Amino acid sequence: MNAPNASGWRPEMGSAEAAPNQTASGDRALMLEEPLIFELGVPGGTGVDIDAPSADPLPALGKHLRQAIPPLPGLSEPETVRHYTRLSRQNYAIDLGPFPLGSCTMKHNPRLNEKVARLPGFADVHPLAPQQAVPGALEVINELAFWLIELTGMHGVAMSPKAGAHGELCGVLCIKAALQARGEDRKVMLVPESAHGTNPATAAFAGFEIENIPAGADGRVDLAALEARLGPDVAGVMITNPNTCGLFERDMKRIGDAVHAAGGYVYCDGANFNAIVGKVRPGDLGIDAMHINLHKTFSTPHGGGGPGSGPVVLSKALSPFGPLPYTVREADGSVRLVEEEDAASEHPQGFGRMAAFHGQMGMFTRALAYILSHGADGLKQVAEDAVLNANYVLRSLDGELDAPFGQAGPCMHEALFSDAGLAEGFTTLDIAKGLIDEGFHPMTVYFPLVVHGAMLVEPTETESKAGLDRFIGSLRSLARRAKQGDPALKSAPHFAPRRRLDETQAARKPVLAWKGDQGE
Amino acid sequence: MRYLPLTSADRAEMLGVIGAATVDDLFADVPAEARLTGPIAGLPNHASEMAVERHMAALAGKNVSAGSVPFFLGAGAYRHHVPASVDHLIQRGEFLTAYTPYQPEIAQGTLQVLFEFQTQVARLFGTDVANASMYDGSTACWEAVAMAGRVTKRSKAVLCSGLHPHYVSTIRTMAKFTGDRIEFAAPRLEAEADTAGVIAAIDGETACVVVQYPDILGRIPDLAAIAEAAHAAGALLVAVVTEPVALGLIEAPGHLGADIVVGEGQSLGVGLQFGGPYLGLFGCREKFVRQMPGRLCGETVDAEGKRGYVLTLSTREQHIRREKATSNICTNAGLCALAFSIHMTLLGGEGLSRLARVSHARAQQAAARLAKVPGVRVLNTAYVNEFTVVLPTDAREAVRALADRRVLGGVSLGRLYPDAPDLACGLLVCTSELTTDADIEALGAALEGVLA
Repeated sequence: MNAPNASGWRPEMGSAEAAPNQTASGDRALMLEEPLIFELGVPGGTGVDIDAPSADPLPALGKHLRQAIPPLPGLSEPETVRHYTRLSRQNYAIDLGPFPLGSCTMKHNPRLNEKVARLPGFADVHPLAPQQAVPGALEVINELAFWLIELTGMHGVAMSPKAGAHGELCGVLCIKAALQARGEDRKVMLVPESAHGTNPATAAFAGFEIENIPAGADGRVDLAALEARLGPDVAGVMITNPNTCGLFERDMKRIGDAVHAAGGYVYCDGANFNAIVGKVRPGDLGIDAMHINLHKTFSTPHGGGGPGSGPVVLSKALSPFGPLPYTVREADGSVRLVEEEDAASEHPQGFGRMAAFHGQMGMFTRALAYILSHGADGLKQVAEDAVLNANYVLRSLDGELDAPFGQAGPCMHEALFSDAGLAEGFTTLDIAKGLIDEGFHPMTVYFPLVVHGAMLVEPTETESKAGLDRFIGSLRSLARRAKQGDPALKSAPHFAPRRRLDETQAARKPVLAWKGDQGE
Repeated sequence: MRYLPLTSADRAEMLGVIGAATVDDLFADVPAEARLTGPIAGLPNHASEMAVERHMAALAGKNVSAGSVPFFLGAGAYRHHVPASVDHLIQRGEFLTAYTPYQPEIAQGTLQVLFEFQTQVARLFGTDVANASMYDGSTACWEAVAMAGRVTKRSKAVLCSGLHPHYVSTIRTMAKFTGDRIEFAAPRLEAEADTAGVIAAIDGETACVVVQYPDILGRIPDLAAIAEAAHAAGALLVAVVTEPVALGLIEAPGHLGADIVVGEGQSLGVGLQFGGPYLGLFGCREKFVRQMPGRLCGETVDAEGKRGYVLTLSTREQHIRREKATSNICTNAGLCALAFSIHMTLLGGEGLSRLARVSHARAQQAAARLAKVPGVRVLNTAYVNEFTVVLPTDAREAVRALADRRVLGGVSLGRLYPDAPDLACGLLVCTSELTTDADIEALGAALEGVLA
């Protein structure tokens, strides 16, 4: 007895208690929502046992004594551990899967680094302790400095910059100081359009006018155009090599020679050093300064946005102008710190101090442990595997995603794609959000600016072939869906802890702090 | 090698897919003369985890750790007890190995932490808003000076004499390149901070007055009076807090009229670490938000109406505005901000207040003991947990002699101001909840021995 139900009639059963995919708590198994600490803790609560003394603070504080306790909630240890553990589960991380962000070098963060950084002789040492009490700490800084100089083939290194952008500032200020020492006031810094935003921001801060260096059709600096622009008003160039399109600047040496002949200096952005570490020394290519992101090439953890560390290797020409403080190894092997009091006699042309104390020591110990682990042969293998992995991704996506420079030759450690060929209304952003549902962090998107809808994929050397194959499979699927115009992609991600967030509202009416107890 | 998953078989197969004979074919764009043919000569090859650990432990073992001796150093870096759960939580891979939260749908952990952190800093400082952190206190201080210039459209900064000399040095270095005029004088060994002197230096060209609170000698400036004078001249007050625990006992600078409050958050959650990585704190009035440097996290909703967080007001920053950015800064101090926030969550306002009271009580006790040492006098009338003593001899020599007796007795002013002979007998002494009766007695006895 077949009774086809062409009209679509369904029996009325009354409303259910709760639809099967709703919970009373709002949580779903291991997908856990978590309120703010201000919504959990009460004023007066605390999770640290401190017996306040009975001594009266008034004699030594008088009118400065504050009247009310700071309005901050305190939670017990179990509540605190639970709060942050639940929050951590809403984060993607390198420990979970590939993090193929171009120019970020999201490689595995070795746990040996964490262990050595926490040795009391490194972690529990004050920067202003008398130098006789901390010889090993000074040796670490100097030993890392030695490796960085050897790996880059340069003359000196400034260890104190706190991050990559801070290192860029260091290099640019060395250039400015060198020009001032020559009595020259050159106003212009040449920066490619494809450069990371920190490059022009840094040059502008240092008082330079930024002019663009055009790129050729091959994605590299147009040497002829550059040479035509050089002159007595040009302080130098800021070049990334390999560049942000993932291509090696073949003319780097000729660029350096031309800039030097015109009286300028070459700043190299070292963000992409992972492609060539141990295989090429930037010093052999004629650069004057290069910052190194220890949190990129040398595996120190990204920590959700920082801290970084940006030592700057310097040529013989620029080393005299480097900042304070720095370390010096004496003939007997001991290491001492050179600070302001020795500047007049030992480093009279230095441009000054960039930050308090001596640099990101916690990152130095981690980076040194990493460098010693790999050694010269291991670091060379790092660059080779990084470049191999990126080319594997590039070639595996032939015909799936447009690669503007893909046919002309191999890429270095990152592969660049564009949004050419996607269906009308479908964008790089949709592919990125689709990757989230696939279980990956998206690649870098919309950078560099020189390619439309840029997608920059940097797998790094710590990705296994099996991991790459899974990633490639997902990207291939998304490319096809975006070309076919799959509407579900427009509202991705569907499975992440949050759907797409309203960034316009966040900027138009900024809410930057919790004000729930202030009647708002 | 343990950090490289690719096998030789993988590499061969991948080269096949790529269509290259060897991996060196992929480096064809590198000029032949720059291409190294083997590992860099003169450098060691790879080493086992065990060997690296042994090497690093030997270096660490040469250093006198603060916890192994009586310890009284401060001067911009402070030692407090960090609860055990802080270090465990920050080592969760989802925090440690996460990136900047540019894809907010899968970074709500980091983003919610930043929102909580911003709120905690703003409340601690008494400001309307705070950013998601900067590199450290000294660079945050410079950024505040630069911001005050943008807001007031003036270019002169008056630095109080009690500002940390490394902070002064950083500001003066940067100002050489921006053309800002910096007015500064070295401190004098006086019991009170020089409020009158700072006020006298303010004029109609002043963009900001920068006042450290408590100051480098541990004295507590009159922020309210300085704020009034600054505002009357159309200038901003920038307060600098190098020891946030002090705010458990003294009034928040934002409530005393400070327009921008910057500081060093290291003393909560982060540890000494020989000088870095540290944690720059930056708060200000709501009306100045669009001139703030650094990352900002804001609240919003997602497509299903659920509350969530995103980085916001990015048009201030380098990746959008490039050469017109408010600063060139890219990273924040991410993991350090998390550590600070967790420690602050465990403490709460109540715990912070008690922590400050204990640290202060230890300072009172240490001051009393040192005042009994022949020839030594305590300089400050007021202090929280750090004060200055005046010795009858060169303090830098005394510090070295104390170190020989395995007491880290403080920071000499000679170390901080090598060109100021009238400060040479000054010693900064700092205490915290970790300071014991035995430590204080050891310092007193050792100093007596050194001065005898």
